[in-house]
Amino acid sequence: MNKEIFDLPDIDMAWCPGCGNFGIVSVLKEALAELEIKPEELVIVSGIGQAAKAPHYLRTNFFNGLHGRALPPATGIKAANPELSVIAESGDGDMYGEGGNHFIHTIRRNPDITNIVHNNMVYGLTKGQASPTSRKGFRTPIQVHGVFPEPFNPVAVAISLDASFVARTFIGDRDLTREILKKAIRHKGYALVDIFQPCVSFNKVNTYAWFKDNTYRLEDSHDPSDRQEAFRRATETTKLPLGIFYINSKNSFEENIPIYGKDKTPLFMRGPDREKLTHLIRSRI
Amino acid sequence: MNKGSTVKISGDVSIVLCGAAGQGIQTIEQILPRVLKRAGYNVFATKEYMSRVRGGSNSTQIRVSSRRVSAYLDRIDILIPLDNAAIPHLKKRISPDTVIIGDSEKLSSDLEFIDVPFSGLAKKIGGTIYENIVAVGMLSGMFRLDIEMVSDFIMKFFSKKKEDIVRNNITAFKKGYETGTDFCRSGKFCIDIGTDKEAAEEILISGSEAVGLGAIAGGCNFISAYPMTPSTGVFTFLAQHSDNFDIIVEQAEDEIAAMNMQLGAWYAGARAMVTTSGGGLALMVEGISLAGMIESPAVIYLAQRPGPATGLPTRTEQGDLEMALYSGHGEFPRVIYTPGTLEDAFYLTQKAFNVADKYQIPVFVLSDQNLADLIYNLPLPDMSAVNVERYIIKTGSDYKRYELTEDGISPRGIPGYGAGIIGADSDEHNEDGHITEDLDLRIKMVDKRLKKLDLVRAESVPPELIGNENYETLVVGWGSTHGAIKEALENIGSNDISYLYIKQVYPLHPDITDYLENAEKTIIVENNATSQFGKLIKLYLGMEFDSKVLKYDGMPFSVEELAGRISREAAI
Repeated sequence: MNKEIFDLPDIDMAWCPGCGNFGIVSVLKEALAELEIKPEELVIVSGIGQAAKAPHYLRTNFFNGLHGRALPPATGIKAANPELSVIAESGDGDMYGEGGNHFIHTIRRNPDITNIVHNNMVYGLTKGQASPTSRKGFRTPIQVHGVFPEPFNPVAVAISLDASFVARTFIGDRDLTREILKKAIRHKGYALVDIFQPCVSFNKVNTYAWFKDNTYRLEDSHDPSDRQEAFRRATETTKLPLGIFYINSKNSFEENIPIYGKDKTPLFMRGPDREKLTHLIRSRI
Repeated sequence: MNKGSTVKISGDVSIVLCGAAGQGIQTIEQILPRVLKRAGYNVFATKEYMSRVRGGSNSTQIRVSSRRVSAYLDRIDILIPLDNAAIPHLKKRISPDTVIIGDSEKLSSDLEFIDVPFSGLAKKIGGTIYENIVAVGMLSGMFRLDIEMVSDFIMKFFSKKKEDIVRNNITAFKKGYETGTDFCRSGKFCIDIGTDKEAAEEILISGSEAVGLGAIAGGCNFISAYPMTPSTGVFTFLAQHSDNFDIIVEQAEDEIAAMNMQLGAWYAGARAMVTTSGGGLALMVEGISLAGMIESPAVIYLAQRPGPATGLPTRTEQGDLEMALYSGHGEFPRVIYTPGTLEDAFYLTQKAFNVADKYQIPVFVLSDQNLADLIYNLPLPDMSAVNVERYIIKTGSDYKRYELTEDGISPRGIPGYGAGIIGADSDEHNEDGHITEDLDLRIKMVDKRLKKLDLVRAESVPPELIGNENYETLVVGWGSTHGAIKEALENIGSNDISYLYIKQVYPLHPDITDYLENAEKTIIVENNATSQFGKLIKLYLGMEFDSKVLKYDGMPFSVEELAGRISREAAI
């Protein structure tokens, strides 16, 4: 499939020139085309923020909801029609801050969705405040003395919750990002792909060069079924590993929904059974 | 209790059982009303309980009547206190005519009571756990219910238990039954209440069950919710029947997730709902606004309880009408139904799904602890009046989700059904659903959304006038006060006072204005402190009620209390 099938004509992009978001959308289109996923069969769900505008820049179904709330509707969509491919895509502030509770419980629930998080360690849309992943000491117009709290480690948190697929990549490494996205989308169950992506306007610390110098690819010998090792690698801080940390294949949320046990028909094609309803009502006599 | 001559209770008897949480009142409640109804009695039951799992004082009222009854009474004809705390808990409602039946082994009271050795009898059978079935037997005996019919019911009720436990329960029932029949024979008191063949064939359900059945009838196939008293009954009901009716049930991590999950489900073609109470609704508010913006259907079952904040978790109040009305930032249409009968709880919940789908708006079904927990017998619903109306279209490749149409309704497509691309955006958007800051388009989109309110108003549920059409005084109520107002006016028996029952508080049905204008005096009855419906009428109709009958102690209006207060207000 040609990736141009996902192109939207005449779009007015709200991203700054040089933003890492461009690369993510471009690589995502490539991955989707290579996986032969049709735009009509895909839904991209997002929250609010610069990253959350991504679904407006490619041709597919989209649900751009509320700040922090991409994961609950994504779960509802996939449950109502498991035949759809569902991606929940937003930034680090949206997914890990405002939507932190949903992040935890969606991992536990394990819907078959791909969770793409554009992680630039800063708030872009609101112009440069700290995000949950901002590094200690990062100065902003609000955090004038620098950030004090520990940065949120989404990869370690996901592994600790026994997520079914946990990966991190850097958009400076397009090949790795494409391969990880393809594996994540194909993976049955919740898949986290945290993508380092420089904010060229509001984060002058964590730049392309910084990410290049401070990340490295996990070795081919890394065993993603080893949870202890995955957690250990996720907590490395001097240099940040990239790659698939952890895979734990298990039943997805939809597979655990009893109504799909025998019959895979999506909800919109089902109707209530009036005879059963009459019977239920009569049982109250 | 009167001494000397035999007390005769006729027409309508109010039985109250009171004890600590965990003492087995619930089992009595599950068996007795149903067997009484099967014997042809009209039955009503309600409970008041504390927010605790053990201890405290909880009471259940069971009314057995020769006519239909659907409201709470202060009067207690027969009181069965299961512990020493029961009599002080109910002292305001105990009169010299109240017959008290207790077990002297457990109960000490200055008040005279008929001593029945519940625990002694139960111990002989196999243990004190059989006490409540001895009580069921005694009450069945008082009404001379058919022994076979009740034994049969009890056997089925305990069918999952071991054989000896079932047998012991039957023995306990029969022991109690002998005691019950003896009261009249020995001249203590007699019950004489007419039966009604119709009642035997009717259903007996609670408010929560009526809403749950209505949801199934409306085609509900997805519920995401967070447990919160008193809304949990509907959530539980749908979960219990989910396998049979293909319903996806998800207990969300919080109400924010529940509401947003519902919107995702509708977007992908489900007929979804959330259930909650005031505190949960507070968390859903942004999601309700999202429904307004993306023109998503939503069904919100709001079972009210007294606030602010945690308030009185297990009590009742009509305190969240304004919150339902104003929940969600920005301006967009909505519908609020306020059923006051079990029939309406069923039909309006069913209708909520169709109206939400047709107009792509949030629809509220307001209830409260009072309505959720009461039960009474009612005729089988008319299934021919029940229809799942679907408005999803198959899209073409040129489909625009927010196409600007004459009436404001854009045909709703869903992803994966047709060749179209389906957009939804919480930002202001163009016809494709993509984010826009075109301010001329903004006006068009606001007008489009608000236009739907006129359509919704034209389809609003009319109020029901109960009583004489040529009234002088009009009593107005909405939602769960219905049963008490109706019975209070029957008791007052004046041709000059009628009652207007409001089933939809927003948007208001145009007939309401006429009804109010035709009255010389208007009285609003609300289970809240500030007359929220009164304020709504003033805002939208510019009219003010002449007097207000309000109650906000966490309890529903009793029939006697309302009869007294309405009579006084009407006479002024």
